[in-house]
Amino acid sequence: MIFKNFDFVKHRNKFFTFSIVLSILGIISLFVFGLNLGIDFASGTRVDLQAKHPLSINEVTAEFEKMGFRTERPVLSGQNHNIASVTLRDVLSQKEEVKVKADIKEKFGVEPNVSKVSPQIGRELAKNAFWAVLISSVFIIIYVWIRFEFLQGLAAVIALLHDAFFIISVFSLLHLEVNIVFIAAVLTIVGYSINDTIVTFDRIRENMQNRKKKAKTFEDLADIINTSIRQTLVRSINTVVTVLIAVIALMIFGSHEIWTFNVAIFVGLICGVYSSIFIASPLWAVMKFQYMKKERKRKKLPQVQS
Amino acid sequence: MVKKGKILSFFLILVLLAVLIGFTAKPLIHKVNLGLDLKGGFEVLYQVRTIDGHKPSKSTLNDAVSAIQKRINVLGVSEPQISIEGSDRIRVQLAGVKDQAQARELLSTTAHLTFRDVNDKLMMDGSELVPGKARVEYNELNQPYVALKIKDANKFAKVTKEILQKPAPDNKLVIWLDWKKGLSYKEESKKEKPAFISAPSVTEELNTNNVMITGSFTTEEAQNLADLLNAGALPVKMKEVYSNSVGAQLGVNALNKAITAGIVGIIAIFLFMLIFYRFGGLIANITLVAYIYLVLAVFVGMQAVLTLPGIAALILGVGMAVDANIITLERIKEEIRSGKSIRSAFKAGNHRSFGTIFDANLTTILAGIVMFFYGTSSVKGFAIMLIISILASFITAVFGARLLTALWVSSRALDQKPGYFGVKKGDIRDL
Repeated sequence: MIFKNFDFVKHRNKFFTFSIVLSILGIISLFVFGLNLGIDFASGTRVDLQAKHPLSINEVTAEFEKMGFRTERPVLSGQNHNIASVTLRDVLSQKEEVKVKADIKEKFGVEPNVSKVSPQIGRELAKNAFWAVLISSVFIIIYVWIRFEFLQGLAAVIALLHDAFFIISVFSLLHLEVNIVFIAAVLTIVGYSINDTIVTFDRIRENMQNRKKKAKTFEDLADIINTSIRQTLVRSINTVVTVLIAVIALMIFGSHEIWTFNVAIFVGLICGVYSSIFIASPLWAVMKFQYMKKERKRKKLPQVQS
Repeated sequence: MVKKGKILSFFLILVLLAVLIGFTAKPLIHKVNLGLDLKGGFEVLYQVRTIDGHKPSKSTLNDAVSAIQKRINVLGVSEPQISIEGSDRIRVQLAGVKDQAQARELLSTTAHLTFRDVNDKLMMDGSELVPGKARVEYNELNQPYVALKIKDANKFAKVTKEILQKPAPDNKLVIWLDWKKGLSYKEESKKEKPAFISAPSVTEELNTNNVMITGSFTTEEAQNLADLLNAGALPVKMKEVYSNSVGAQLGVNALNKAITAGIVGIIAIFLFMLIFYRFGGLIANITLVAYIYLVLAVFVGMQAVLTLPGIAALILGVGMAVDANIITLERIKEEIRSGKSIRSAFKAGNHRSFGTIFDANLTTILAGIVMFFYGTSSVKGFAIMLIISILASFITAVFGARLLTALWVSSRALDQKPGYFGVKKGDIRDL
């Protein structure tokens, strides 16, 4: 086994630093490049068209200009670039939509998909998405608090927010479109990532209970955590591998409409397994030990006075 | 001693499962409701305002939904989905509609209620009714009828007088929603589903505000008629605030691609499990097949609509279902390595892994529930699928796999054969 003798807790600062650097890069990317918000969160019209022949960006732009619309740079996809996604910042009227559809069908042979979002709805979708992530985080903390302990809940949520933010950073950096399905992907990763973390915490709890002596020093904690991570490592990796197999199949053979969803899941899965192994448990060790020190001080104080 | 009976019952269960799936899978798959992103169609979110620009009341909104339903029936679309969202929005989803342009135009024009004679001559229109006053009442025989209120009794007296001059059965006041040139009562009355709403006979001159429409209605039909009359009396303006339309061809392409991806992905997962966990992997794969079948069955049973993200959730769910198996199998492997016999390792492994699987799945369900409440249509579809998947995987992977493996383990056929669980003999510690 690769990590048989690896000390996960000892090297924690390297991983913490790595994650912090990544997060800072993500923040910079968000400031510099921003997010490529799809019409779901902005407003406008999106046309997905498919042709029987390979398309070029110029051909698609020209076609829309002929109809009198200025488009943002179309995104081509499909095996031989016969699929194009075009975003217009205007919300087409119903008549315009009918005309666009008819024109495109005549020119390229297949009726396109057209999606329109008004500014008001876009704002609402973004707001709901934000609340969804926040509320699930709160519920997860509460659940872990009840089943395990508060500090583990906190460590788990920090790890999952780390994952969610990492996906957002990657999307910002690669300028991939952020749409409503992306939100579903982030929420799924939240679920998966917590899943891995819980499995490790579960093992930590079990090993703590099985120990004859109570863990007192940081080394004791580190020992328990290292053992627990090693014991659950194969499971964590194998689970991710099986889900990755499904995602890669979806990426290769699935339709381009859920491409960004798959990318988000792919990135999130890898980040999620990383954070549950290298971040969540060592982070908990640090927090737990601080707490234990404080407890000890509090218990000692009265003795000094008497 | 190998107990053959246990192994026999294992194969019996396998055969039963195969027969069940073999005979019902095909009809089941045909019953899946495909969403508009998989078969083409459109979805529109309307913001509803009264003609003078006010927010509609709850009952007005309900009446508007009835009117939309009636108008969609004219289009002949199967299973339209119409739902009220928030305080002033209506979401309409039509999958598989042929002429999207016509349907969209019909829905967004203001509904127009008219009363005509049998020759389609206009007698009066919906603005003559007092808004919100049409309702279902019952006569002494407990039969439902529709009561409505007219603004101007004199005008209605004139209308009824004119109708009465015609001999039966032509003494009818035909109620139309969206009458247009080319539609005629004489043609439509021959059809099973006529385009007009109702054609009550006028039996006397009515010089009153309060009018009854009687007939052999069911309560539901009467309620529908009352709703439509109210909708016609107070028409609303509907503005599209969100729309999504999918070309039929593209929808079918997306479906085919998703199916290909699913098959390839699932086969790859099967191979992975077989290689890594040998006999345990085989059992896991059997339960995976049961899992997929169960998810589809529940999905069809709930009459939920399968969308593209829903398929993604199903395929991802396979990964989740495998997870429960992996947790258990890893645990069993560990127990075997620690020197336990296959039978006690199996028992301990199952026991210890249960809590882990339970906690891990429950947290994911939490995320799914939040998604369901905060998501809109396609995300909702994803969330429903995710929750069903987790529940189904819990049942099949935990209880199903346990039952099947238990039959083999207790038959003693696997005793002293740790290789069946992917454990090398050299890795086993001596007790």
